[in-house]
Amino acid sequence: MNVLKQILDPAARPDPYRYFGALRESPVTVQEDGTYLVSTYREIVALLHDPRVSSDRRNLSAGAPAEQDDFNPSFIGLDSPEHDRLRGLAMRHFGPPHSPETVERLRPKMLELTTALIDALKGRTRADIVDEVAYPLPVAVICALLGVPEEDEPRFHALADEVVETLGPGEEDRAERERARKAAAMELSRYLAGLAEARERAPRADMLSGLITYRGPAGGMTRDEAVATSVLLLIAGHETTINLIANGMLTFLRRPDLLRRLRDDPELIIPAVEELLRFEPPVQFVSSRVALDDITIAGTTIPAGAPIVLAMAAGSRDPAHVDRPDEFDVDRPRNEHLGFGGGVHYCFGAPLARLEAQIVLKELVRRLRGPRLVADPPPYRPSAVLRGPRHLVVEYDGID
Amino acid sequence: MRVVVDLTRCQGYGQCVFLAPDVFTMHEEALLYDLQPADERREHVLRAAAACPVQAIHLDRTASTPNDDREWAPVMEDGRIVIVGASLAGARAAEVLRREGFAGRLTMIGAEAGEPYDRPPLSKQVLTGQVPPEHTLLPRLREIDAEWLCGTPAAALDVAGKRVLLADGREVGFDRVLLATGTRARPWPDEAEAALEGVHTLRDARDAAALRRALGAGPRRVLILGGGFTGSEIASVCRELGLPVTLVERGPAPLHNAMGGVIGDVAAQLQREHGVDLRCGTTVTALEGDGGRLTGARLSDGSTIEADVAVVALGSVRNVEWLRDSGLAVGAWGVACDAGCRAVDSNGLVTDDVFVAGDIARFPHPLYEYQFMSLEHWGNAVAQAEVAAHNMVSDQAHRWPHLSVPVFWSSQFGVNIKSVGVPTFADEIVFAQGSRAERRFVAVYGYRGRITAAVTFDQAMWLEFYQRQIERAAPFPPDFRHVGGGADGGPVPARVPERLVATAGATVVVTGHDPAERRASLVHPG
Repeated sequence: MNVLKQILDPAARPDPYRYFGALRESPVTVQEDGTYLVSTYREIVALLHDPRVSSDRRNLSAGAPAEQDDFNPSFIGLDSPEHDRLRGLAMRHFGPPHSPETVERLRPKMLELTTALIDALKGRTRADIVDEVAYPLPVAVICALLGVPEEDEPRFHALADEVVETLGPGEEDRAERERARKAAAMELSRYLAGLAEARERAPRADMLSGLITYRGPAGGMTRDEAVATSVLLLIAGHETTINLIANGMLTFLRRPDLLRRLRDDPELIIPAVEELLRFEPPVQFVSSRVALDDITIAGTTIPAGAPIVLAMAAGSRDPAHVDRPDEFDVDRPRNEHLGFGGGVHYCFGAPLARLEAQIVLKELVRRLRGPRLVADPPPYRPSAVLRGPRHLVVEYDGID
Repeated sequence: MRVVVDLTRCQGYGQCVFLAPDVFTMHEEALLYDLQPADERREHVLRAAAACPVQAIHLDRTASTPNDDREWAPVMEDGRIVIVGASLAGARAAEVLRREGFAGRLTMIGAEAGEPYDRPPLSKQVLTGQVPPEHTLLPRLREIDAEWLCGTPAAALDVAGKRVLLADGREVGFDRVLLATGTRARPWPDEAEAALEGVHTLRDARDAAALRRALGAGPRRVLILGGGFTGSEIASVCRELGLPVTLVERGPAPLHNAMGGVIGDVAAQLQREHGVDLRCGTTVTALEGDGGRLTGARLSDGSTIEADVAVVALGSVRNVEWLRDSGLAVGAWGVACDAGCRAVDSNGLVTDDVFVAGDIARFPHPLYEYQFMSLEHWGNAVAQAEVAAHNMVSDQAHRWPHLSVPVFWSSQFGVNIKSVGVPTFADEIVFAQGSRAERRFVAVYGYRGRITAAVTFDQAMWLEFYQRQIERAAPFPPDFRHVGGGADGGPVPARVPERLVATAGATVVVTGHDPAERRASLVHPG
């Protein structure tokens, strides 16, 4: 069986890494469906910064499904300069240069939410870290930031899952998956369009209000653009962070010495989260790039119009880039990894995810007395792209 | 704690700004930061440094790369190494020597008292008052265990006797020496006019402190002589402080000398939009004063300017006078060396124990037809110091060539300008990506049909790609399909200045008849 197929097989979810060595033997491989898979660090970084690589699937020579034309993609699926314009307009309400303190100001709220979630684990000795901590925290944070009522969570939860579970490399069943994804995304769009309209009439101090009302010297977002952007932020704002937190707790619980060190030296959580992003990245593949021209890389020519998949998780464990790549090492100097991608599409919400993971993992390590895994490996979510445990049941002696 | 950002590597991801907004600030892609943040900011700074996607943030003793898997042993593990020049290149070389395993005596000789500090902030966040001038000390990346002889400049080099003579008469012997004395600001040629109160130059931390005080006092108008990077950055600071400013530039546009006329025109427009009174194709003929204080200047076009502060930003002078009688190939252009940083003597022979790095090193670059060049760039000082230090303790089989493609950056008028390659080594330029009108673009330079340089305005993330194109001698103009719109027309003449020859240099004369006695020597004017 072909290596990529092995990795995508649900049976490989607990440990896709054992296949990466074979994958990296050829930095660029062409799959049966014409996809070019890139798996080595240097080549991935080069392609992330290569202006001949598009993020807009409408550039595929095979042609994206026709119905995509009436679909309004968010900046994740667009190229510069359109991407830069929309991302800049979104960044205006989230980060530098106009709102540099937004994320930092959320810190007390993140800690408060974390404290409440961990307090709720008191009085028993068993809990599911995914359902009780790793999921509710990022959802609450993104809801507060965007201005989405948290009580609507049941409305968007299944839809968001549908959108991410249909992501992935491979062109064979793509049309089918795209249809399912688009249906879910449309439904989410309708929900957020309703909220956006309300904010347009009565703006509040949240991102949704900012996206829909801001008009600058170069204009603002259309309503469709504002809605597409908020769909993206709502989904990406929590679906990935869940995995980062759950993967983190799993990685720590498997290493009692590390757990002890983290408890003794809370500042270590900072490099530990960085190492997690390298070692157990929540996003394992970037699966939607297209070559605009013939690109020769590592001796292979990717023809114009071909789909490109970047195996980020394989790249971050490339022995040509890091020593002892399969060891989790919090003392790694200058930890450069592909956990958040790179280039102009670098993860928009990276600072939020980092801070959330640092806070919640630090508190879990500090407060759970004698935590241990109930099942190893735990059950995984189906997606090979946004990879993480579906449940992470732990037993513990008490909560400090 | 101390922080320095390697802005050569920085691509403007802004992660540090999110995580430590009190320490790092960003305008579009132009990053400014406090080099010595308060200790209570420590956790924020640690978070910011860990999050940097390109690991460009260096803190005290956190950034040293252990070199454990080294395949060679240093040939020179003990003995005495002397580094003349204790600024960026010198300090970096000292760290690399220790990293490479040199365990012998290390002596640092510096003209300025105090520890090495970072200069780029002096024309930016220090002048605006965001960071005090004394808060620019470079982080100590590792313990270097050196003997510091600071506050006394070196006065001469005795190559045969292997010793450095200091201005106070002391002698320091060496087995190997690194010359890294850098540059100083070119002074205003008329000494009396230069001495007027209100006339400044900007090179060291004291200059920056004095200029900061002068700008903080709210002058009625600031006159800047020279529209290179330093002059343009100072003009930007003045406008940010709301001060009226006139910039006088001899060439057709600011930044023309470094980037040619096409980018110069963009820079000129940028300056005018920000309210700079820009006078190109003009020079100052005299600075005028009253009672020892500057009152204004006369210009070559016959006009006069009233100003109570003037900044002379006419480039730099290399600190090589002390090497005049050393027998090395020294001139206004610097100290010639091979690609491995070994100094070349006046005969053109490579020396064994004298190495050069940083602003004064004039080295042949294979990518640019082996032309000799000296680069006054932060990134070059760091990269070349590393190569020099490595080679100082390695044998011939393990020496490295200094082959890095030059990278330079500047921030001015809210724009982050970066360049890779040598933009003046060009005959044509094309706007490849982005938009000139929005001041967000990638411009690519070509020489005889190959790519030799690229300049970005707030588009630093693409620079790496063009660096690879330069390294591969890719064809110019680039003809591939790409993202990013742009292409404001096709290639146009780059209008780069004629390569400057060192007119103030010495004359070379050759004497002797048979090969054993033929010698070249430098005859200095005056």
